[in-house]
Amino acid sequence: MLEVRGLSKTFQSGGFLRQGQSKKAVDDVNFHLQAGETLAIVGESGSGKSTTARLAMRLIDSDAGQISWQGNDVTHLQGRSLRLQRNQIQMVFQDPFASLNPRMRIWESVAEGLRVHRPSMSKQQRRDAVADVLQQCGLNASTMQRYPHQFSGGQRQRIGIARALIVEPKVLVLDEPVSALDVSVQAQILNLLNELQKASNLAYLFISHDLSVIQHIADRVLVMFDGKVVEQGAVADVFAKPQHDYTRELLAARPITHPSERISL
Amino acid sequence: MGLVGESGCGKTLTAQSILRLGEHQGIIKTSGDIQLHGKSLFAMSEKQLRKVRGGQIAMIFQEPMTALNPVFSIGSQMLEVIDLHLDLNHNDAKLHAIQLLEDVGLQDAEHLLQQYPDALSGGMRQRVLIAMAMSGNPEYIIADEPTTALDVSVQKRIIALLRKLQQDKGLGMLLVTHDFGLVAEMCDDVVVMYAGEVVESGAVMDIFDHPAHPYTQALMGCRPEVAKGGRALTVIEGQVPAPGEWSQGCRFAKRCPYADLDCQQPVAANAWQDDKHTARCVHVQKPANIEAKTPC
Repeated sequence: MLEVRGLSKTFQSGGFLRQGQSKKAVDDVNFHLQAGETLAIVGESGSGKSTTARLAMRLIDSDAGQISWQGNDVTHLQGRSLRLQRNQIQMVFQDPFASLNPRMRIWESVAEGLRVHRPSMSKQQRRDAVADVLQQCGLNASTMQRYPHQFSGGQRQRIGIARALIVEPKVLVLDEPVSALDVSVQAQILNLLNELQKASNLAYLFISHDLSVIQHIADRVLVMFDGKVVEQGAVADVFAKPQHDYTRELLAARPITHPSERISL
Repeated sequence: MGLVGESGCGKTLTAQSILRLGEHQGIIKTSGDIQLHGKSLFAMSEKQLRKVRGGQIAMIFQEPMTALNPVFSIGSQMLEVIDLHLDLNHNDAKLHAIQLLEDVGLQDAEHLLQQYPDALSGGMRQRVLIAMAMSGNPEYIIADEPTTALDVSVQKRIIALLRKLQQDKGLGMLLVTHDFGLVAEMCDDVVVMYAGEVVESGAVMDIFDHPAHPYTQALMGCRPEVAKGGRALTVIEGQVPAPGEWSQGCRFAKRCPYADLDCQQPVAANAWQDDKHTARCVHVQKPANIEAKTPC
């Protein structure tokens, strides 16, 4: 469905006073994503995982490479056709509070995508659509008149997911969607994501640094290091038989799950 | 000792009140007492307390990015703390600072003293903060989520460092965290908090192998690493009640699968007890054996 070939991006830093430096944030990345599957991207801060996702969504422009959507090249789409394309891939951010406007009632925030992507809908139709999608995400439709500060972290992340789902995308890009949450809330959101995927055959591009979460939710995984994909494959294979040193290092750094695994100093 | 619980359960507040750090933030009413070597911290003057803070009990905070002042060099921030606790001349203080930085595994310490925080990575900043916490030769360390903001491999190294310092200097450590992985790595004893109360406490092995309180059991089951074969994770329905909404009886009752009429009466902290293992619950008979170990 979504296919990415040879994707690269270099960022320039510095400027007025400092000599500019360039950093290759993403270097020759290839992957594909099918309907109904979850592809995880794992790596440390600065490894290029968020940039890769933003490039694939066409939120930023790549320097090289090709992005195709259902067989069509979308690398250089502009204007209206780009907007239509963005309708297909929506994003859920790590910090749901920072991504919601505190002065908008949540139904307005959730309905924003409809105003752009379904301009012909009436206000009442938009409200009904919001009520539906909130319910799908496990929120009571009666809460839609409230403001973001009246919700807990987990509820806000549900709102973030509802907001992405309202335009009925085929792909959700989830950028560390549960890392800011408590473990009990994290479990609720992971279960919700699984249910939504089964119900609408959604594909997820799931960015995370947490290997336990990836092992739980993903089908395949891309391991990124310094802008490059160093390993990719089915989650079970990569976790059982890591091929690259960096993957082995990451797996070795996993937190232990029981005090009996503690290594004495 | 690990102090575990979800956001809003009161663990940070508990840890901070040991050093009476919340008093300027509008926390007015404190009851109870905290004693250090038989002396009440609550009866101390601000001046006496300043000797305890950092001197006998030091603190490591969660955010290595914001806990350092960006406009002062690492050296001047470290010397400020050393001046406060030790009576050293400038040169000796500087040597002490270098020694402290080397103790926490930082290389080229002399050069580092002249650097500003923005030149350091998250892991290095956390090491600097640990070095600063050690500068008054404390007996106790309170570490509030010391690894949460760091990358996984950096976390592992900071954990190893804290364990080593603890072993070398015989430190007592209170570790505030929501991460059972960190508890498994570091703690001998665990205290689980929920809605401002201690709901369970015991030795780390007992808590992992036989969690007694339904809240601890549920929290253990929520971890993605214990769900096998893509099964749905255990969830705790509802959310932690806000401080104004605490019930007279068991505060977890509304979310508890075992709750009944008995739970509406106040429950003692040791309503269930097996040696040092206690739980604030009237329904514990035999602690459930949760399979916490995953083969992977």
